[in-house]
Amino acid sequence: MKTYKIIVLAKQVPDTRNVGKDAMKADGTVNRAALPAIFNPEDLNALEQALRIKDEYPGSSITLLTMGPGRAADIIREGMFRGADDGILLTDRAFAGSDTLATSYALSRAIAKYGEFDLIVCGRQAIDGDTAQVGPQVAEKLKLPQVTYVEQVLEMHPQSIVIKRRLDNGVEVVKAPLPSLITVTSSAPECRARNAKMIMKFKHAKTVTERQDQNEDYLSLYNDRPYLNIQEMTAADVEVDPKQLGLSGSPTKVKKIDNVVLQASDAKRIEATDADINLLMKELIDSHTIG
Amino acid sequence: MNNLFVYIELEDGIIANVSFELLTKGRALADELGCKLEAVVIGSGLDGIENQLYPYGVDVVHIADDHRLAPYTTLPHTAIICKLFEAEKPQIALMGATPIGRDLGPRVSSALYSGLTADCTSLIIGEHEDKKEGKKYDQLLYQIRPAFGGNIIATIINPECRPQMATVREGVMKSEIRSKTYKGKVKKIDVPSMVSDTDFVVSIIERHIEQRKVNLSAAPVIVAGGYGVGSKDNFNLLFELAEVLGGEVAASRAAVDAGYIDHDRQVGQTGVTVRPKLYIACGISGQIQHRAGMEDSAQIIAINTDEHAPINAIADYVIHGDVMDVIPKMIKYYKANSK
Repeated sequence: MKTYKIIVLAKQVPDTRNVGKDAMKADGTVNRAALPAIFNPEDLNALEQALRIKDEYPGSSITLLTMGPGRAADIIREGMFRGADDGILLTDRAFAGSDTLATSYALSRAIAKYGEFDLIVCGRQAIDGDTAQVGPQVAEKLKLPQVTYVEQVLEMHPQSIVIKRRLDNGVEVVKAPLPSLITVTSSAPECRARNAKMIMKFKHAKTVTERQDQNEDYLSLYNDRPYLNIQEMTAADVEVDPKQLGLSGSPTKVKKIDNVVLQASDAKRIEATDADINLLMKELIDSHTIG
Repeated sequence: MNNLFVYIELEDGIIANVSFELLTKGRALADELGCKLEAVVIGSGLDGIENQLYPYGVDVVHIADDHRLAPYTTLPHTAIICKLFEAEKPQIALMGATPIGRDLGPRVSSALYSGLTADCTSLIIGEHEDKKEGKKYDQLLYQIRPAFGGNIIATIINPECRPQMATVREGVMKSEIRSKTYKGKVKKIDVPSMVSDTDFVVSIIERHIEQRKVNLSAAPVIVAGGYGVGSKDNFNLLFELAEVLGGEVAASRAAVDAGYIDHDRQVGQTGVTVRPKLYIACGISGQIQHRAGMEDSAQIIAINTDEHAPINAIADYVIHGDVMDVIPKMIKYYKANSK
């Protein structure tokens, strides 16, 4: 039976959906340390689509690729616990300050280095920026066709893929050749939970850098079980043009950041009493705002 | 050369509202820059389409008319835009932050190595000085958008790369005719020289385009719920109030993410932008991403147990109390007073 080599692009993001009071410092700036780092939600939807292909075509493989600091290896392990076969952490100080274009350049170089594949699956967008740009930008750099806003992979064929897209105003079923890149939207099925067997298997999976912190006798584990090695790639490994990386490789620059400071308003304060609300409704009717 | 370009989005031959909104903003920016406003229409059966665009102050309409170009697919539209931009060298290019604009924009920016800012809530012209490089830039496009969960507002610029590209959501900018008699000219795009057969490798097998079930932007009254509403069941009360007042129910992203209500009712930077006569924010804290989608409402009532919720700062009325307690009273006293 045909098997497929799938690359899932994922990002570790601060959980901006649950910004509590302690996430903002007194001066109005963001306290990033107070926000938990999570697997970007739509990238989990993407992983699930890849896992479903692997369910249907046993022997298919899923490699999770992420770019980020060392701690981003957490989401590679998270992906392994849910069924990914292995992962690559693309990490280098040279990538710091990258905008979406510099990020997609680095990712596309890593994918070129990785070798052959049938399909790239990624989330439509990440919750820390909501730009939805990296998927299409990677596809363009690799000269691959792209299908965005994917809700479901309907059929896999040796040379093509049939996909349902969910748009603002309806659905579209499209056929694309392989290899292609698809971006999966949040209306797609949620990712399955961690698998207890996979947790046992991969809980010690680590990058080279992470292993440096371990004691000697533990290290033999990684020779005996090569699947526990999470591959690390640096800028030098993926043969990049340094001018296209990081801040210097980013055409967009942040001119300024304004912290959101709200002025106290002159709003009318109303208590939730019958009398007050009665007056309010009268006022709104009299001013023809309602009614 | 170096004009401002707007990508015109079509659905079944009808121009999307967001395209008219971008032309309106584009015309104002072009006036300030002293450049022309140009529109690009890519599709099929486009005879006379320029007449719908001229009144918005469009000087040049580029038309690529070919039966293979509708409905939209990524690669041929990308190929045409890229080749056109390489020849015309626009200084600014605007697109809708729609499934089409967000599919096409990043692809074009990646091919042309130009910066793109998504979901801008404001676009203005300004200057910039790079002290390290000792360079000064006049008349850059400031692309302003909330970021990082709406806790900050970022101003993004593209000092070196052209075009400066931005996407804007429908409803964020206003649509306004410049002059009914404004006349521009048409430039036909030679499609066969711009696309190749390999641009048509993705084929559309089936399409079901549905009218949007809810039309928030047309509702005079909006009753919006946030995470503080607490449950899907509790939202029923909001529907009841909306029905009594002749309005629609909307929600913040937190309520949508929590599964209380469908995504098509989401108001905010990543949802719909609305300007109703009355916006009743129930249990909504009012992150800036939400406020970006509703702060131009004529009147705002905030119902909240949190006296320090950011929404209170932009509200006209703040009702300090529990949503489940306040709404029944509003229904009761509206009925009592409206007779």
